[in-house]
Amino acid sequence: MGKNLTKYYKNFKALDSVSFEIKEGECFGFLGPNGAGKTTLMGMIYGFIFPSEGEIKIFDIKLNDKNLPQIKKRIGVIPQDNNLDPDLSVLENLIVYARYFDIPKKEATRRAMELLKFIKLEEWSNINVRKLSGGMQRKLIFARGLINDPDIIILDEPTTGLDPRSRRQIWDKIEFLKHSGKTLILTTHYMEEAEKLCDRLAIMDKGKILVIDTPKNLSDKFGGNLEHVYLNMTEG
Amino acid sequence: MNFKRAFRVWQRNATVYKKLYRSSLTLNFFEPMLYLVALGYGLGGFIEEIMGMTYIEFIAPGIVMSSAMFAACYECTYGTYVRMVYQKTFDAVLATPISFNELVLGELLWGTTKSLIYGTIIILVISLFGLIKSYFAIFLIPLIILCGLIFASLSLIATAIVPGIDSFNYFYTLVLTPIFLFSGIFFPVEDMPDVVVKLSQINPLMHLVNISRAFSYGKITQNFIYDLTIVIVYLIVLIPLPFILLKRRYLL
Repeated sequence: MGKNLTKYYKNFKALDSVSFEIKEGECFGFLGPNGAGKTTLMGMIYGFIFPSEGEIKIFDIKLNDKNLPQIKKRIGVIPQDNNLDPDLSVLENLIVYARYFDIPKKEATRRAMELLKFIKLEEWSNINVRKLSGGMQRKLIFARGLINDPDIIILDEPTTGLDPRSRRQIWDKIEFLKHSGKTLILTTHYMEEAEKLCDRLAIMDKGKILVIDTPKNLSDKFGGNLEHVYLNMTEG
Repeated sequence: MNFKRAFRVWQRNATVYKKLYRSSLTLNFFEPMLYLVALGYGLGGFIEEIMGMTYIEFIAPGIVMSSAMFAACYECTYGTYVRMVYQKTFDAVLATPISFNELVLGELLWGTTKSLIYGTIIILVISLFGLIKSYFAIFLIPLIILCGLIFASLSLIATAIVPGIDSFNYFYTLVLTPIFLFSGIFFPVEDMPDVVVKLSQINPLMHLVNISRAFSYGKITQNFIYDLTIVIVYLIVLIPLPFILLKRRYLL
């Protein structure tokens, strides 16, 4: 899926010849400390950041300017930052976002209500998003990323900064998506999250992938639990 | 570039505006009215006649253009900057099938729409004052659109190059205020010192004001072609720049 990806910011090498392949239907995690290049890599997968070198293939199609809109129609992005529309209500946020995908109003409303039920925010549909707690806003961003019924879902640190309860709720939803056959790409720096959700993991540090394997193999091969593996491999 | 997707961006801004317009509509509309009443009647009391018109007749067509100009400028400086930097709306939009150029086009057309809204309101008001005397005034509508496109582009260029939101003060004080004051809205620029006359020839607002006055009173002269040519040159030169400069600022 990604081959020899390199990204320079001026002279700084944010990604250094990174290669990986993600299989259909799996949950693939990128684990690494802050600044390891995870977010840069996610940005490349959804065409927001252009690689300085190397190429990305999604659904066996090489990414370029021309086919990007077609490919992005089938990708759902759940970003790290809160970029909801603060002037709009919960429901309006979903409807406006659905329009970017050319989903007709009626269908968009149906999907939005379904998703709000899925994240248990249906009673909040007409409330301005500013009035939502941080955890609820996060759930709404999560739901928004699913409005186009994507085949690939990118989750960039989906639970960073959440309280334990909201975190578990998000995990449950991710598990649900996994079982419905979606391909999930997830970044995290929580060991527990990676171990619980991911079929395979890439451990990253300083713009490189150090190793790719299943969580179990990693802890077997390098001894101890995954947290030890991670702390030994990456430099803080 | 797909116009439908650019329209989606426009539509997003329109949806938000529909919720908030009550607070901004009155304010934006109040300021030009102040100029019209305070200067038109106040200062106008001391001026018997200017180029064969009363003073309020002289300034009204120009106020239409300056309102249209400021509407696009506020939208495409502060409005766009907040969406780009603080609300991260650009990030959200770019995670969908919409491309960067479509996003910029949506912003540009939305800024132009704001010109159209505020310019049209002023036309309605001045026609209530009896200041529209010709059927040519219908052409003020397309003229407002040209005005909106020029100043929305210029403002997006400012948005692409400012280091922070406070820097827009420079744009307003050093660029827009001189453009506004030396546009021939309040006094004919021809009577000013030579250097001002020459400088004002590159003021796009002056040419728009000239055309606006011609349409409002149905007096189309030879200068019309000259003014229109300058306006079109501005459009051709300015419109591509926001696409290039915003991309350079935003995309990594």
